[in-house]
Amino acid sequence: MKAATLARIARAQEQREALVVVTRLTDGIQCVIDAAGSSGDLVLGPEQAAEATALLASGHSTQLAGADKLFARAYVPSARLLIIGAVHIAQALAPMAAAAGFEVIVIDPRGAFASPERFPGVQLSDEWPDEALARLGLDAATALVALSHDPKLDDPALELALPSTLFYIGALGSRRTHEKRLERLRAAGLGDLTGRIHSPIGLDLGGRAPAEIAVSILAEVIQVRYRGERVETGA
Amino acid sequence: MSKDPDSIVAILQEWRAAGKPAALATVVSTWGSSPRPEGSHLAVDEAGHFVGAVSGGCIEGAVIDAAAQVIASGCPQLLEFGVSDEQAWQVGLACGGRVQVFVEPVE
Repeated sequence: MKAATLARIARAQEQREALVVVTRLTDGIQCVIDAAGSSGDLVLGPEQAAEATALLASGHSTQLAGADKLFARAYVPSARLLIIGAVHIAQALAPMAAAAGFEVIVIDPRGAFASPERFPGVQLSDEWPDEALARLGLDAATALVALSHDPKLDDPALELALPSTLFYIGALGSRRTHEKRLERLRAAGLGDLTGRIHSPIGLDLGGRAPAEIAVSILAEVIQVRYRGERVETGA
Repeated sequence: MSKDPDSIVAILQEWRAAGKPAALATVVSTWGSSPRPEGSHLAVDEAGHFVGAVSGGCIEGAVIDAAAQVIASGCPQLLEFGVSDEQAWQVGLACGGRVQVFVEPVE
C-alpha cells in the first residue's frame, strides 16, 4: 500500500467519509474509489467499478466478480455514540461503549460534570448539545442517548436527533418523565417522530446499578445496529 | 478512549512517521466458520509487533512470519490457511474454516 493511499484512508476516516480500496491480489496494485470516482494505478472495468462503488454504501468488503482476483476493502465511518449528560450512568457507559468499538463523545456544558477526572480518557464536549451536534454531524453510523434528566440539555438534542438519520435514539427517564418529554416534543412539532425514541431506554435486563443500566443501553444500541428496529410485540 | 475499530490505519501512520517499516495483512476470502470477516486487518512492524486480528489467534503467528518476509522483500504475498493444509498441526484453523490473507508492504 502506498503512503498516499494510507493517508487518503486516514483522511476519510477523520471526515467520516466512505472509501473503497481495490487491490489486485496478484501484484498488490491498487486504486481508491470515493464518491467522486476512481484514482490510482489499478484501472477497473465498468462492471467492476460499479460493483466497487456500490460498496461505499453497503460497507461490505469482498472480492469483485471476474477472474482478476480483485479485493475491495470498504472503509466506512466507524460507529459513534453521543452521550448527552455527563452523569453517573455515562461514566459507566462511555468506557464500555469504547471497548465495544464505538467512538464515544460525552456532551455536557456543565464543567463540573464533564470533567476529565470523572471521564478519564473520554472525548468530552462542553458545548450545549445543539451546538455540539451541529458541529459533529448526525449520520446513520451514529447513535445518541440522552441521559442528563435535564430538559434544557436533553430536549434540544432530541429535537435535532429525531429528524436525522441516526440509527438509534434513546432517552433515560421514568414513564412519567417520558410522557412530559413527549408533550414538549409534540409541542415543538415533532410528534410524528417521537416513536423513534427508545424509552424506557435499554434492554430489560432487570439491573438497577449504573453499570447494569449502561450494559442494558449498550446492548440495545448494538441490537438495533445489527438487527434494526424491531416491531413492537405489544407485550 | 474513543477507539476507532479501524485505528489500524492510524497506527500504520504512526509507524510510518517513526520510520518503522510495516506490512498490512487483510482477510480477502473466507469459507466455512472462519472467525474474522473479509476486510479484517492485522498490521505488523519490522520487530513483529502487531495490532488487529485476522483470526481467533490461530494463524496470527504464521501471518507475522510472512509479514517479516514481505517487509524485507517489498513483494506482497497471498497466504491460505485451512484444516486441509499440510501445516494444519501448526497453524490450522480449529474451527474448520479456511481463510485467505493478503500481506502487503506499506511503502
